[in-house]
Amino acid sequence: MSTKYIYTFGLIMTVVVALVLAGFKTLTADVAARNEDIFNKRQILAAIATPMAEAGQDVDALSDEAVLELFDNQVEQTVINAEGEIIEGTMAIEVDMEQEKKKDEADRLYPLYTVNLDGSNYYIMSVRGNGLWDAIWGNIALEDDLNTVAGVSFDHAGETPGLGAEIKDNQSWKNQFEGRKIYDDAGDFVSIVVRKGGARNPEHEVDGLSGATVTADGVTKMLYTGLKAYEPFLQDIDKASGMNLK
Amino acid sequence: MAESTEIKTGVTTTQEKEPLFGKKERILITDPLLDNNPITIQVLGVCSALAVTSLVYPSLVMSVAVVFVCAFSSLFTSLLRNTIPKAVRLIVQLVIIATLVTIVNEALKALNYPIYKQLSVYIGLIITNCIVMGRLEAFAMANKPWRSFLDGLGNGLGYGLILVAVGFVRELFGKGSLFAGSPIEWKIIGPSAEYTINTMSEGLGGTLFGWYANNNLMVLPAAAMFVIAVFIWIQRAWNPKLVDAS
Repeated sequence: MSTKYIYTFGLIMTVVVALVLAGFKTLTADVAARNEDIFNKRQILAAIATPMAEAGQDVDALSDEAVLELFDNQVEQTVINAEGEIIEGTMAIEVDMEQEKKKDEADRLYPLYTVNLDGSNYYIMSVRGNGLWDAIWGNIALEDDLNTVAGVSFDHAGETPGLGAEIKDNQSWKNQFEGRKIYDDAGDFVSIVVRKGGARNPEHEVDGLSGATVTADGVTKMLYTGLKAYEPFLQDIDKASGMNLK
Repeated sequence: MAESTEIKTGVTTTQEKEPLFGKKERILITDPLLDNNPITIQVLGVCSALAVTSLVYPSLVMSVAVVFVCAFSSLFTSLLRNTIPKAVRLIVQLVIIATLVTIVNEALKALNYPIYKQLSVYIGLIITNCIVMGRLEAFAMANKPWRSFLDGLGNGLGYGLILVAVGFVRELFGKGSLFAGSPIEWKIIGPSAEYTINTMSEGLGGTLFGWYANNNLMVLPAAAMFVIAVFIWIQRAWNPKLVDAS
């Protein structure tokens, strides 16, 4: 078989494969984008699973349509910058945390979702950090007082199943975050610490995960830097509402 | 010229000799399931067998993906076997496999996004799964399309059988559930409806064997090694012909 034959074969094969793949990708692109959107929105809603259950809605049982409808009608999306100013014209869901993390801290944008359930507001913030092997990220919901945690949801790119991956899989571990506070009594920001060996301060600490110290420390660090980024904005709301918690 | 006449005569003689689903064709499917199983006998494709089998449902989806890729890459390779230049045949085989794997990946994104998220890395790694390429080199390059298709199907199913069996053992004893993540999620043994490692603090009651504490080792990839080894042991004890004297 001549060299010319090999080149011709290669060329035809490349063109055919490219056409097949491009065609298939175009065919499925819309459905795939919708699925991704729903998947992300479910992760955000998972942070307020407990208050929603109290309001009579089971997040896990919501249909895809119900998730989209809930986001359209009940969730107020705000994008804020590092100074805590609201950026007009973009939806919070469009903020890609992975891309934002690559920017300088002063240029970053942060998504904020405000959900009103039974008359009280819940503020959901997105955070991103590093676990043992790869990126970890999550959503933290604060109650009306902008201090008490209403719930969390975490996900990861490649933590070890049964160890680091517990931050996503272990519901009872995540439940510990509920009721913890991110400010101390003096009004200083302390975030929430995942404490190896068990929480010592029930106000601001949760139990560590055995065998997953690096991932747990990653969560601690992610929560601290992630929530601190929202601080300027939280203080603005706090002042505007006249609650003066701090 | 001599080559093409040989093929022609081959076709005319086999039309009466080879039935569509004769004894030989049956063996092509049944042999890789047991006596020539790609995982337990040939010890191929073990990497993905360790990685995805912590739950039954992802194992099942992974198996379906491998069966599809293995069967159709064999079919296409066999159809092209007389036109593929020998000097670049491995590259051509890889392109065929990679095309099918990309199609599976995109299809999964559109059909079941959460499972795509869970499996995405490993779906991509089907390209490097030795079973697929091994069958193309060893069988599809030298056999007719229909028989190559059956051979690919058989080997894919043999891989899937072990995968699902390992997933069954690991999920049952590691998480006390079966088919977690799928619509028919089923919690069988262990204390509570929610999966948790800290089972002792949850109190007893709920499902069968409420005293059972999840075996966290089963969730780790290393457990798949033990489970596969036990399968190999049982299979060789049951059929001494398979024991490798060396």
